[in-house]
Amino acid sequence: MNSTVLLNIVRFVLLVLAQVLIFNTLGFLDSINPMVYVIFFYWYPIKGNRAIFMLTAFLLGFIIDIFSDTLALHAIASLTIAYARPVIMRFCFGVNYEFQNFSFKNTTKVQRVTFLALVVLLHHTVFFSLEILSFSHVLLILKKVFSIGIVTLVFCVLFSSLFSPARE
Amino acid sequence: MQRIINFILNNRNAFLYGFLLLVSLVITVRSHSYHQSKFFNSSKWLTGNIYQTGANVSFYFGLREENQRLVNENEQLRRMLFNMETSGALLLDTTAIDFEVMSANLIKNSFASPRNYLTIDRGRKDSVVQDMGVITTKGILGIVENVSKNFATVQSVLNTKSNINAKIKNTNFFGSLIWNAEDYKVVQLVDIPRLVPLVVGDTIVTGAMSSIFPENIPIGVIKKYDLNTSKSFYNIDVELFNDMANIKNVYLIMNKNRQEIKTLEAITLDE
Repeated sequence: MNSTVLLNIVRFVLLVLAQVLIFNTLGFLDSINPMVYVIFFYWYPIKGNRAIFMLTAFLLGFIIDIFSDTLALHAIASLTIAYARPVIMRFCFGVNYEFQNFSFKNTTKVQRVTFLALVVLLHHTVFFSLEILSFSHVLLILKKVFSIGIVTLVFCVLFSSLFSPARE
Repeated sequence: MQRIINFILNNRNAFLYGFLLLVSLVITVRSHSYHQSKFFNSSKWLTGNIYQTGANVSFYFGLREENQRLVNENEQLRRMLFNMETSGALLLDTTAIDFEVMSANLIKNSFASPRNYLTIDRGRKDSVVQDMGVITTKGILGIVENVSKNFATVQSVLNTKSNINAKIKNTNFFGSLIWNAEDYKVVQLVDIPRLVPLVVGDTIVTGAMSSIFPENIPIGVIKKYDLNTSKSFYNIDVELFNDMANIKNVYLIMNKNRQEIKTLEAITLDE
């Protein structure tokens, strides 16, 4: 139990640093800065107190906000993901998710990528809608959600397979 | 009563979500319309120092390029100095000058969001104050927004809240420089009257109406222009001289008369 908490704290700090020092300045194709910290919501333990999860998500988003001077946009997007994660999980993994011994090990690759894609889509939609906050720029919002979302998804899939726990 | 408490307890996650959402919306909306948040910005001690550490590493990768840029600028300044009519000795008297200049390093750049803020490594202890102008060797960059002890944040010209007085070089027709958040190489100049003769390629410089920037600091060239919906003013696309994605050394400009101008304006408005 203790090691899980410690592991998540280390992940938290490393993801914040990676996001603000590397990915916020990436500038791929001029203006694509993927938000890889979204992978935190994939790695965070499934069983556990939801309230703590939401507080952690809020904090993660808000710290990144302070670094990138974006008011509380990352915080709102992360918080929404944390709140909606059980619903997305039930949608992707079906009733299996309700069982006590559920883990990512007994899911298929497609299910996991779908899960990540939905998380990224929801996160980016919330983020960019609030960032631009104008109905006359719907096209710009969609363009940003999809271009940046795809790059984020690629990074998240790479990270999830690179740093996955050892298989038994 | 019991039922209400039970209801709240059963839906505590939804309530927590609602509460945190409200908190972040308040933070967002309060600063959305006008200024950057005073408390939550990257000029603070922790964020500033982390950016500083990151910048210390990445500065090494562009040293040669940066050196060349500074040498070119020195060359240009020497040329101006040698061709000047007044004697150099007069300029060494620092009590007579209107604008004070200070160098700084950019430790965090940003150009992909609609509201871009930059962070520099000078703060209150170097006597940086709010509303100082920030330029690079090539042109205008932004205005200082929040200051902490060692760092300061700068509102970039690439910010939908930015509004800077600008004019067409060698004329007195001025307008406002704004940004539509679409392309980080192009900003917009509005409120130039229809009667002004325009040519693609004309240079745009800062105007004299602002107490932040000195007159005639380069901004960019006209890329294209058309009339706005009322057909009486031009909407001009201005291509910036600065490469906003690649900036390291910047200069802060302090107008020594700004306080006096501000006070005078306040008195005039009151009466």
